[in-house]
Amino acid sequence: MDYAKLWFALWGILWAVYFALDGFDLGVGMVWRAVARTEEEKSGAAASIFPFWDGNEVWLVAAGGITFAAFPGAYAAMFSWFYSAMFLALFGLILRGVSLEFMRKAPGTRLKALLEAGFTAGSFLPALVFGIAFGNIFRGLPSGPSGYEGNLPGLINSYSLLFAALFASLFAFHGSLWLSFKTSGPPSARASALAKKLWNAAAVLVAAVFIYSAFDTALYNNYFNRKHLFVIPLLCVISLAAARFLAARRPAAAFACSMAAIASLLVSGFIGIYPELLPSRLDPVYSVTIFNSASGPYTLKIMARAAALFLPLIMAYQFWVYRLFHSPLNPEELKKSGIY
Amino acid sequence: MLEFAGMMDVLALSRLQFAVTAMFHFLFVPLTLGLCLLVAWMETVYVRTGDADHLRMARFWGKLFLINFALGVVTGLTLEFQFGTNWARYAAYVGDVFGAPLAIEALAAFFLESTFLAVWIFGWNRISPRAHAAAMWLVSLGVNMSALWIILANGWMQHPVGHIISGGRAEMTDFAALAFNYHAWLQFFHTIFAGYVVAGFFVMGISAWHLLKKNETVFFKKSFRAAAVFSFASSLALFGAGDFSGVSVAELQPAKFAAMESVWETRSSAPYILLTVPDPANEKNSVEALKIPYLLSLMAFHRPDSEVKGLKDFPAADRPPVLPVFLSFRTMIALGMLFIFLSGLAVWFSKKDLLEARPRFLKIMLYAIPLPYIAIQLGWLVTEVGRQPWLVYGLMRTSEGVSASLSAGQVRVSLAGLVALYTALGALDVYLLAGTARKGPEA
Repeated sequence: MDYAKLWFALWGILWAVYFALDGFDLGVGMVWRAVARTEEEKSGAAASIFPFWDGNEVWLVAAGGITFAAFPGAYAAMFSWFYSAMFLALFGLILRGVSLEFMRKAPGTRLKALLEAGFTAGSFLPALVFGIAFGNIFRGLPSGPSGYEGNLPGLINSYSLLFAALFASLFAFHGSLWLSFKTSGPPSARASALAKKLWNAAAVLVAAVFIYSAFDTALYNNYFNRKHLFVIPLLCVISLAAARFLAARRPAAAFACSMAAIASLLVSGFIGIYPELLPSRLDPVYSVTIFNSASGPYTLKIMARAAALFLPLIMAYQFWVYRLFHSPLNPEELKKSGIY
Repeated sequence: MLEFAGMMDVLALSRLQFAVTAMFHFLFVPLTLGLCLLVAWMETVYVRTGDADHLRMARFWGKLFLINFALGVVTGLTLEFQFGTNWARYAAYVGDVFGAPLAIEALAAFFLESTFLAVWIFGWNRISPRAHAAAMWLVSLGVNMSALWIILANGWMQHPVGHIISGGRAEMTDFAALAFNYHAWLQFFHTIFAGYVVAGFFVMGISAWHLLKKNETVFFKKSFRAAAVFSFASSLALFGAGDFSGVSVAELQPAKFAAMESVWETRSSAPYILLTVPDPANEKNSVEALKIPYLLSLMAFHRPDSEVKGLKDFPAADRPPVLPVFLSFRTMIALGMLFIFLSGLAVWFSKKDLLEARPRFLKIMLYAIPLPYIAIQLGWLVTEVGRQPWLVYGLMRTSEGVSASLSAGQVRVSLAGLVALYTALGALDVYLLAGTARKGPEA
């Protein structure tokens, strides 16, 4: 068995799962102020992601750790080439986590307002920065013999901006759907209405990215060699469409569809760059690939065993927790949690 | 400091940034390590005996645990990111070996602690009391396993095992050697016991404050007593783990050991010199007084006649900076002794129900809260600065690990941002902890 190929698949799946899960936490953070107005509504909106956000964020730590263990060359290149972007995403994630945990506890109104703003900003920032980062990865980097030495402004181009806008709109849509069935009363109605608008934006941007990719990237080459792979981007389009049609009557099913849309969008991109992890726009010789950046077969085998042992276990208990907190937390539970 | 930072290069700035972020992260981790165990134990006593005070204890100390835990989580991300952002050449050179324990840490520990902590916070009305207590035990398991895997990674940097150098990088050949690295396990026990002492002193200090104010005396006497026993047992175990770690360092990293004690000349049957004033410029100690015969040889190899290597045996380029390592080590040892003494007294006084009659002791325990924090920071300073000039001992120098693509300006900006953000977080943390601690338990 070729472990490097297996790990490419697992690498892609971990990043896709991270965005499909934390995507709705980040989305809630982006839209919550538009959806929730009174203090009670605000606390309900934030509480809807409380039991889940930290467990979701661990998928990022896992995706990062797996990138490090399986493709150390790619890890080193990705994080150092995107230095400033990575720190921006990091600041966002720190701000998001701290604000969410502490904003209900803050006694002063000014501190509270600051943390509420931190929650919103800290949710936008990772979505946009990761959008720019993955946009550039899918587009290919201007990396040469000594790697990529560009700076933050060098990562800004029309394709990566488009991709960042797509990330933001998809996550915001995803988060609005979540709020539409995890809150009740006016916030739920506002979230449904907002989800519809955001869907329009996401749909236009998905179409734009799929079309623009044909002109500005080499992503479709793999697809023309193996046409059945088109199933994945097709799945992205279909599940996004389904999310729209199910949104009003079966929001939870719509939410599952938007989750599938996000995951399949990422997987579509990963299929397009395979076997490269950080493609070079200048010359494929300079690309970071699964062949020139992977760990040795021994490490990959050990890590495959670790993943086979732990991933099913993690999915089982996380699934159990989603079931346990299926019904929204009531005010008494919030009070008892000590976070309020 | 800014002016100082202005003159530094990418290497120095990256080292400073890693030191600042690791030390800041490690303000939260040690308390987490021990406090979750105390909370789990309190809740278990409640489940077994139905004692309502123990439920209130679990809830009150659990609240403080949560505040602390949140900051530990967010500041931990920074460290994982930095291996790639600032230490890319290191990451590429050793990732085959070093990446595995990091990834396993996430898979085996982070998911467990984060997921079941949510169950504990919000699950009071959704699962049985027994299952609820079990959730905190799972959090404790996750937290301590996380420490194990990260220290196995660090332990490999101290004592690289189970690999070969091939194709210009380290490649793992024996996972078991890495997972059962004796030196790393000693470091692990040393670290978790130190964390338990931090947590024990934290609980004793806050309880002492309330006892001085005569608030909820039954509640805080029970809390104090549990923490006193926990601290005393942990500080004794810490002494043992530290002693064996010392031997392991003397064997595996003799230059570090020599720096810890400022030993310049190699000699056997070495005495311990209580009063030492190092003079690194002249490669000697300017003052050496109050010698305890054989003690240093005993500490180094558990044999009175063993030979202790001096710093002069190593080329100057292979020696760690002596002064910070020496001073940190001495202070840490002194504090470690003090913890045994104070927690021993604490056990005695709480057993004899003398706490309220000893207000001065309670006051000392309140002001002792920061001491284990200081000791644990100094301990890591000895470990990491003492490893210099190596990034991976004997394998890769720190200067060889830094990212090639960075400019000093980039690191200066990220460092300034981190310092600003962390200052705000630190202030917020102290503010929330102090507020919650002062308020006391709910009725």
